[in-house]
Amino acid sequence: MATKAIVGEKVGMTQVWDDQNRAIPVTVLRVAPVRIVQVKTPEREGYSALQVTYGFRRASTLTKPEQGHFDKAGVDAGRRLLELRVEDVSEYEVGQELSADLWSAGERVDAIAVSKGKGFAGGMKRHNFKGQSASHGNHKAHRVPGSIGACATPGRVFKGTRMAGRMGGQQVTALNLEIISADAERQLVLVKGAVPGSKGSVVVLRNSVKTPIGKGGVAR
Amino acid sequence: MHPTEIIDRDSLRDDIPDFRPGDTVKVHVRVVEGTRERVQVFQGVVIRRQHGGVTETFTVRKVSFGVGVERTFPVHSPTIAKIEVATLGDVRRAKLYYLRERSGKAAKIKERRTPRS
Repeated sequence: MATKAIVGEKVGMTQVWDDQNRAIPVTVLRVAPVRIVQVKTPEREGYSALQVTYGFRRASTLTKPEQGHFDKAGVDAGRRLLELRVEDVSEYEVGQELSADLWSAGERVDAIAVSKGKGFAGGMKRHNFKGQSASHGNHKAHRVPGSIGACATPGRVFKGTRMAGRMGGQQVTALNLEIISADAERQLVLVKGAVPGSKGSVVVLRNSVKTPIGKGGVAR
Repeated sequence: MHPTEIIDRDSLRDDIPDFRPGDTVKVHVRVVEGTRERVQVFQGVVIRRQHGGVTETFTVRKVSFGVGVERTFPVHSPTIAKIEVATLGDVRRAKLYYLRERSGKAAKIKERRTPRS
C-alpha cells in the first residue's frame, strides 16, 4: 500500500524541457493544501487511512453533522471529504496539512481519477475490437463486433461478453508515473504523461505501489 | 489565458525574432558531440509555423547538394542558440508546401519590401 498520498486538481497538459533539452509531456496538477480531518487506525476502524478535505466551503452550505465533524477535528470545512489509504498512519495527526513538498522530482506515483465520459461507445472504441474490412464486399458491418457466441449450444450469450455500452466516467488508476517537479510555493506538481479525467477534475496522487525494483521501487 | 500558462511561462524564450513563412532564416543549433558542444547553422526558407505557445514549431527547408532537406524545430527549444532572419519573403500562403514541387528559379520567393510595423 502507498505510504503517502495527496489530493489535487488537474490543470491541464503542457510540455517542459529536460536537462538534455528534450520536450517532456507533463500533466500539471494543483495540489491544494490538504487538511487531515480524521486518522483511521487498524485498532479503531479496522484499517488505516487518512480522511482529508481540501478547498473551502461556506458554513451555510454545511449540514449540522458535517459542521460537527469538522469542528471536532478543528479544521476549516472543505469542499468534500476523501479517504486516502496509507500503510502507516502513525506519523500523521488530525489538523495536519499536506502540501506539494510531500513529493520530489523523480519519484514514482499513481494517479487515481474518474475518466472522461465517452457516452455509449461501440466495441471498437470500448474494447479495442478490430472491426471489419472497409471493402471486399463488406456491407454495413465495418464497425460491428462480429459473433457474440455460438448457436443452440449454449443457446444464450454468456454473461460478461464484451459489447457496446457506456464508456468512461469510471475510476481509473494510471500506474507508475514519474514526478518531473513539485513546486511547494505554487502548490503545483508536474507528472510525466497523461492523467485520467478532464481539466478541473479531482486526482488522488499516491506513491506508486507497483514500481519495479531498480526504478525507485522497494522490495516487499 | 491558458490554464497551464503558469508553467509554460518558465519554458518560453523571449529572444526569438519575428519571422514568418517565406522568410529565410539562419538557425544556430547547439549540437552535442560526445562531450563537446558546438553550434551548427541551418539556413533555409521557413515553410510553416504550427501550434502556439510552448509547443510552437517551425519548419525550415533548404536544398543541399540537389536534395531537399526539411528540419522542424520547436520555437522555444533550448537547443537553438540563435535565430537570424536573413531575408523577408513575400508569400500569399501560410504553408509553403508548393515549394517542394519546385526547383531553381520557380522556387524563388519574392522579397518583402516594407517591413511589418
